[in-house]
Amino acid sequence: MAEMRKNWGLVAEFDNPGALLEAAHKVQEAGYRKWETWSPFPIHGMDDAQGLGGSRVPWITLGGGLTGFTIGLTLQWWSGAVAYPLVIGGKPLFSWEFAVPVTFELSILLAAFGTVFGMFILNKLPRPYHPLDKHPDFRGVTDDKFFLSIEVSDPKFDVHRSKAFLEELGGRGVTLVEE
Amino acid sequence: MGHHKTFSDDPKVDPALAGKLFKVGIGVGVVGLLATAATLAMGEEGRHQFFFSWLTAFSFFTTIALGALFFTILHHLVRATWSAGWRRTAENIAANLPLMAVLFIPILVGMHDIYHWTHEEVVATDEIIKWKAPYLNTGFFVIRAVVFFGAWIAMALFFRRNSIKQDESGDVALTFRMRWWAPVCTLIFVMTMTFAHFDWLMSLDPHWFSTIFGVVIFAGAMMSCYATLSLIGLWYTKNGILQNTITQGNLHDAAKMMFGFTVFWAYVSFSQYYLIWYGNIPEETAWYALRLDHGWQWVGIAVLFGHFMIPFWFLMSRHMKRSRTALAIGAGWMLLMHFVDLYYMIMPTLHHGFHPHWADLTALIGMGGLFVAFFGRRLASDAVVAYRDPQLVASMEYDNV
Repeated sequence: MAEMRKNWGLVAEFDNPGALLEAAHKVQEAGYRKWETWSPFPIHGMDDAQGLGGSRVPWITLGGGLTGFTIGLTLQWWSGAVAYPLVIGGKPLFSWEFAVPVTFELSILLAAFGTVFGMFILNKLPRPYHPLDKHPDFRGVTDDKFFLSIEVSDPKFDVHRSKAFLEELGGRGVTLVEE
Repeated sequence: MGHHKTFSDDPKVDPALAGKLFKVGIGVGVVGLLATAATLAMGEEGRHQFFFSWLTAFSFFTTIALGALFFTILHHLVRATWSAGWRRTAENIAANLPLMAVLFIPILVGMHDIYHWTHEEVVATDEIIKWKAPYLNTGFFVIRAVVFFGAWIAMALFFRRNSIKQDESGDVALTFRMRWWAPVCTLIFVMTMTFAHFDWLMSLDPHWFSTIFGVVIFAGAMMSCYATLSLIGLWYTKNGILQNTITQGNLHDAAKMMFGFTVFWAYVSFSQYYLIWYGNIPEETAWYALRLDHGWQWVGIAVLFGHFMIPFWFLMSRHMKRSRTALAIGAGWMLLMHFVDLYYMIMPTLHHGFHPHWADLTALIGMGGLFVAFFGRRLASDAVVAYRDPQLVASMEYDNV
């Protein structure tokens, strides 16, 4: 006998980005909180439609940048003026002028790391398995298909009512996906 | 529920408002420049002061107009969408280049007072200047200035006229025609802009040279152009002009570009300083040695913090760029800093110690008056937005997240 699995949520397919955007507005207005849209490319206006706030990534970027700045500056000061003082080209052991390029580059590098890896972490990536992978048509989301999903854990979720709601919005093939 | 917008504003400005801008501008311009000219009656020192104050104010407004010219070229070069609503405003600013050509005449008159290398006895005795004489001589200088202004005015008129033709016909072929010319104009612009400032500003110290000097000026010019556009956009929307066309997203974008060029300015300005500091060759370091002593070092520090360090943090956040008040303060401040930056490049040649003069201010205000007046006249003559630009509606729909 097959193992019993918990339900993850409902997923519905929409015809085009416009229909998905329209549906997203209505799902948001209906008061759902744990739901998501899936599309092959970013859709202008979707952030608003989903009621997503500002991203937290910029703060991680800033943190990365400041860390790089500090490391770059202390690295050059400590190695050149403290740990191994050596006069090169008649230049001082440490000066802000020559410290700028390395400090700048390290700030950029760590800010970029912060951006990319911060985005990965906030998106909980890498994620080898997702319940939607089992949906037979979901692969098309990387090509030409548009989906909207509502999770079971949403406080407003009700299998029958939510399903009817998605169908009413024009969603096709509304399916219940297991975890 | 797609948010499809249509252009719904009046493309024309109330002629009374534009007329007022012209009258007030001319008034301020005439009074300001006459006041500046009073220094001419104050002997040789006053005459020198006049020409240097004039050159500083002239460079300030010329760089803004050149920034606007390149904004237009860039729009076509990269087939931009977001800047469609700004394009006519930039074309109108760039159309002040003929005015700047007229305002250049006093510099030709005062060449002997401004440029050390015009003195024959100096050329005869100075080895370095002697070698530069085939390029740095009065005749060739004048010819080059004519070529620079000729090229700029031709480009400014070409883009503005074709753009206005499109207002009437709505012909998309005009857009393609301007795009075709954009790469050519980019090359012409970059070369003329660089050499013009080699001639007019770098040659103030004929011994000194910096190959990145043109880029430093370019960065300041672009930053000032976006600051000016932001201020004009705020002024438009406050006065009920283009309220649905210049969106918050468009202002945000102009502010982003201003921020970007503030950082770019810092990058290239530091690059110039850094190589000279590291190379430590007397004929190069002399330029900075003069600017890091006798009070000038404080102006230098003001530029470092005022032009980069403080605005970097002030303009970084999205919130600041989307607040009308913060954007107005930021853009106004960056324009002021562009002036201080030019002042710091030009004025130490005249005053070896920091020595502000009221003529610096009257020249700036006077030329600003004329600049605004002729901008206002163009507001009255044609539509204030290229309202049949095929990209305009897309630029209105677009917003930043």
